[in-house]
Amino acid sequence: MGMTMTQKILAAHAGLESVSAGQLINARLDMTLANDITGPVSINEFDGAGFDSVFDKSRISLVMDHFTPNKDIKSAEQCKKCRAFAKRFDIDNFYDVGDMGIEHALLPEKGLVAPGDVIIGADSHTCTYGAVGAFSTGVGSTDLAAGMATGQAWFKVPEALKFNLTGSLQEGVSGKDVILRIIGMIGVDGALYRSMEFTGPGVAALSMDDRLCICNMAIEAGGKNGIFPVDEVTEQFIKERTDRDYTAFAADDDAEYAAVYDIDLSSIRPTVSFPHLPENTKTIDEVGDIPIDQVVIGSCTNGRFSDMKAAAEILAGRHISPGVRGIIIPATQKVYKDCIKAGFIDIFIDAGCVVSTPTCGPCLGGHMGILASGERCVATTNRNFVGRMGAVDSEIYLASPQVAAASALAGRIAGPDDFRPERSL
Amino acid sequence: MNAKGFVHKYGNNIDTDVIIPARYLNTQDHKELASHCMEDIDTDFVRKVSDGDIMVGGENFGCGSSREHAPIAIKASGISCVIASTFARIFYRNAINIGLPILECPEASKSIEAGDEVSVDFDSGVITNITKGETYKAQAFPEFIQNIIRSGGLMNSIKEKQNDK
Repeated sequence: MGMTMTQKILAAHAGLESVSAGQLINARLDMTLANDITGPVSINEFDGAGFDSVFDKSRISLVMDHFTPNKDIKSAEQCKKCRAFAKRFDIDNFYDVGDMGIEHALLPEKGLVAPGDVIIGADSHTCTYGAVGAFSTGVGSTDLAAGMATGQAWFKVPEALKFNLTGSLQEGVSGKDVILRIIGMIGVDGALYRSMEFTGPGVAALSMDDRLCICNMAIEAGGKNGIFPVDEVTEQFIKERTDRDYTAFAADDDAEYAAVYDIDLSSIRPTVSFPHLPENTKTIDEVGDIPIDQVVIGSCTNGRFSDMKAAAEILAGRHISPGVRGIIIPATQKVYKDCIKAGFIDIFIDAGCVVSTPTCGPCLGGHMGILASGERCVATTNRNFVGRMGAVDSEIYLASPQVAAASALAGRIAGPDDFRPERSL
Repeated sequence: MNAKGFVHKYGNNIDTDVIIPARYLNTQDHKELASHCMEDIDTDFVRKVSDGDIMVGGENFGCGSSREHAPIAIKASGISCVIASTFARIFYRNAINIGLPILECPEASKSIEAGDEVSVDFDSGVITNITKGETYKAQAFPEFIQNIIRSGGLMNSIKEKQNDK
């Protein structure tokens, strides 16, 4: 029986000819990741178990992105702990304020993840790197501590759902709409314990930023990982960022899937997830009149340059609605600089928005945009759970940068069709 | 190993943001995390919970963030065991890794009600609802995972393996 793309990567990293769904394996790790929330718990576990060395200082990434620049004394202590650990073991990929970015935007940007890799991160959105054809999944701090010490992790080999993509996206529709549509279709546990393998003729027309966004939210369907095939788009993306060797794996023709879904990309409309689960999706044509108080454009889901560009094109020459707070957070220092060079920051500020240094901040209700009781926010983030961005009775509507920007202008949930760009940037 | 206690019952898709809101993730202190456990969906939980009590959820328990602070907060609040129809996979791993006993049992999840007195025999996977006089059988863990549990969590099991070499 053939193997899925994920199974082939896992087999190769377990030193096995083949693996099958349900099998428990130990796999070699190419990269491990923690942040300023999960890192300290990992370090406690690492120290508590008495480890005095890391498996490979070049294969550990520590990114200070969640509560940074530090929002309070306790957060500062957590970063201090990570900083000391990084210094103690001379960790190559320690990213602190000044050169950090949101981890899942930063690692691909720095060329630290490549096709065929096995990556674990103590952050659920580690599944993002499936976009480059890697097996990448979120774990907890103890798994990560074990990974940093031994360079290995145990996995149950997953079965897979296959998403056969055809057609191409319409104007104003992005990867975010694709993944929200899929989550709406299969539910927040529709891919529980399983891989989500995206394939088909529609893949070629999806940009790397679209793929990163789609894989980022695999976890919101319960998925173990999301993964795209390695093609010219991938090769170009990797070539521009790293010169290291990698292996491109492909699913066998006779691989078995638990289910196959056909998705016609051209049929997808701008999509919004209503509170309080990502599966509560409506198309922009169905949303009705929902007045809003805040818009957040950023996060590991939608804080990349193309996201900023999409927002800038809609906001250019316009001003957001009175009473709406517009918060824009480029995901990395590079994205921020590229936005400055492209003139986007002027556009954002002239439109009445604030632009923040990279941080996960508001996405998880940390800082930089917390909601008061009863307030509504359209966010390009990934979760709209109860209390996620602030007060228990605040509401988060998940959407693309296009929808978020249009909503900021309208003062209610609106789609890009309502605010066609006056010019292309 | 056994557990016995009164049940705190929750629904489907209990996410880690409600188990422990991110605004409290600036600490790793177990007791401090426990003092905010479940507060965004059940402000009474912390006051009501007694040592040994059992938490019961529906499908996809522990979905969302990978924060290990979630099972830590539940364990440190005194909960002896979590029973659910299904667990989100990162929570599942985390609970085993830190030594919070969990059991997947759709029947128990459906039948057990808040306030029921329940006992659990972890070796056999038999869950007894003392209040209702019912028993349910949870799925057994694979041996690989049983070994981690027996060692008292992942780090201990790795240490044991290294010492064996």
